[in-house]
Amino acid sequence: MTTAIAPTTLDRHWPAEGVTRVPFWVYSDPQVYEQEMSRIFCGESWAYIGLEVEIPHAGDFKQVIIGDRPVVMVRDEAGAVHVFVNRCAHRGVKFCRVPSGNVQRFTCPYHQWTYDLQGRLRGVPFHRGLKHQGGMPADFSREAYGLEALQVTVRHGTVFASFSMQVEPFADYLGPTMLSYFDRVFDGRPLRLLGYMRQRIPSNWKLMFENLKDPYHASLMHVFLVTFGLFRADQPSAVYMDATGRHACLISRRGEQRATSDTKDIRNLREDFQLHDPRLLVPVREFPGDATVVMQTLWPNLIVQQQSNTLAMRQIVPRGPEAFELLWTFFGYEDDTEEMTLKRLRQANLMGPAGLVSADDSEVMKLSQDGVAPYAEAAGVIEMGGRGVEDTEHMVTEVAIRAFYRYYREVMGF
Amino acid sequence: MAVPLAVRCEIEELLAEYAAVLDAMDLERWPEFFTEQCFYEIIPRENYDRGLPLAIMRCESKGMLKDRVVAIRETMMYEPRYMRHMLSAIRVTGESPEGITVEANYAVFETVINDLTRVFNVGRYLDRIVREAGQLKFAEKHCVYDSVLVPNSLIYPL
Repeated sequence: MTTAIAPTTLDRHWPAEGVTRVPFWVYSDPQVYEQEMSRIFCGESWAYIGLEVEIPHAGDFKQVIIGDRPVVMVRDEAGAVHVFVNRCAHRGVKFCRVPSGNVQRFTCPYHQWTYDLQGRLRGVPFHRGLKHQGGMPADFSREAYGLEALQVTVRHGTVFASFSMQVEPFADYLGPTMLSYFDRVFDGRPLRLLGYMRQRIPSNWKLMFENLKDPYHASLMHVFLVTFGLFRADQPSAVYMDATGRHACLISRRGEQRATSDTKDIRNLREDFQLHDPRLLVPVREFPGDATVVMQTLWPNLIVQQQSNTLAMRQIVPRGPEAFELLWTFFGYEDDTEEMTLKRLRQANLMGPAGLVSADDSEVMKLSQDGVAPYAEAAGVIEMGGRGVEDTEHMVTEVAIRAFYRYYREVMGF
Repeated sequence: MAVPLAVRCEIEELLAEYAAVLDAMDLERWPEFFTEQCFYEIIPRENYDRGLPLAIMRCESKGMLKDRVVAIRETMMYEPRYMRHMLSAIRVTGESPEGITVEANYAVFETVINDLTRVFNVGRYLDRIVREAGQLKFAEKHCVYDSVLVPNSLIYPL
């Protein structure tokens, strides 16, 4: 962080144990939520916006929401990517009404103020009045009423934006370790868009991050993953974070479908389960190094998913304290063979709202919300793997959740 | 279309039986509505209309349908729920040596037990139906859904 955080004006008190406790009021309190929207999503953070491949041509645009604020990503005639607020400078109308498309200009439907692809105000009907009547004041300057633009970073085909003009450069924001894992998937090769999945999960948005920072549950709840060795506590694995703790990576290697002395606590391991059609899971190694899974959580709204050959951006859009939307953008690389594309599409069966693995998560997040919301005075216990926040070379830990809340408390002033 | 009335009745019965089996949660019977080399998918309309291939459920054989059933029964974790299918506007849209193509609208209601019933998913079936050993079977079934967001999770097939 480059600027000091103001103390919160909210009268909320974190448990004395610190990051080994998460008070349940963080999941349901509307005032806490409002402060999150301003301090986290509109604060000094780089929010994920989309992929360049979604807007390949001049005039291509896509609606996006950062926190609860609608914005538009658009490519201009020179090829540059801009992100503007989806709010007319005149009276505040959300002028862009379709999710994505191509335009030459944006025109607000209410009074037809018109903006170019760089967000400059180009047209104000009756600017000079009509028959010497009305019109804007003589000193009205169109230059002063462009669309409010966000700061934008484009890195290897991905687009991030920030409401803050003071936010540090994107590479510094990620830090060297997180950047190296980010560049592992986004290595500069052109991407191929495979499609979207969208779901609304009735739980607080932070539970999604907790889920992806929690390798402890993955070995226990996800019978499908465990059974096929896609992610298991007895495999070589690691949890790495950036210096602040806001970002993390869960890293693992695929193992075999067999029980070992280490799997006796994994009572759900099903050695007998064989697929009728094994084509569902025939991963091929495609990235350097041993890791076959890297799940990267990037503050404030992104999970980069690499599980075997299925690659996706999972974008978190909060919808009030007790719900969020999860928008999945699946992709491959432009130079993928047809066979590789098929692998990605088949393995996508693990993920999304119908995912053989991910549906467990959306279901359990609802149960979490059902449990925590009525008991705001209670707190969760985050002590697996100790009480610290340091990088860890195994999976039996909740360290990344502790690190996340250490940073969360700093930003929120709790 | 030159599809005889008797075959149209048979198609309607096939769809009604299909819905009844799913509503009854008789999942083991679900793959039996399909050919061995079938293709089944549940795909957002957004992807389908734009030619993007990603589906939220994609099965490229009867074997993959069976694997889905085993996962639902044995490995997945979810809250108990009832599903109810409403099918309408069943139309034969073509006939060729590859089979009869049929479209139908569907609305699926979900009742998570202890909660209100909700409209879970609305869309249309795009089917290719063939006759195998006297029985009509789905060689292809594309469930193309209008519903932009899946309410939480989709556990059971549509």
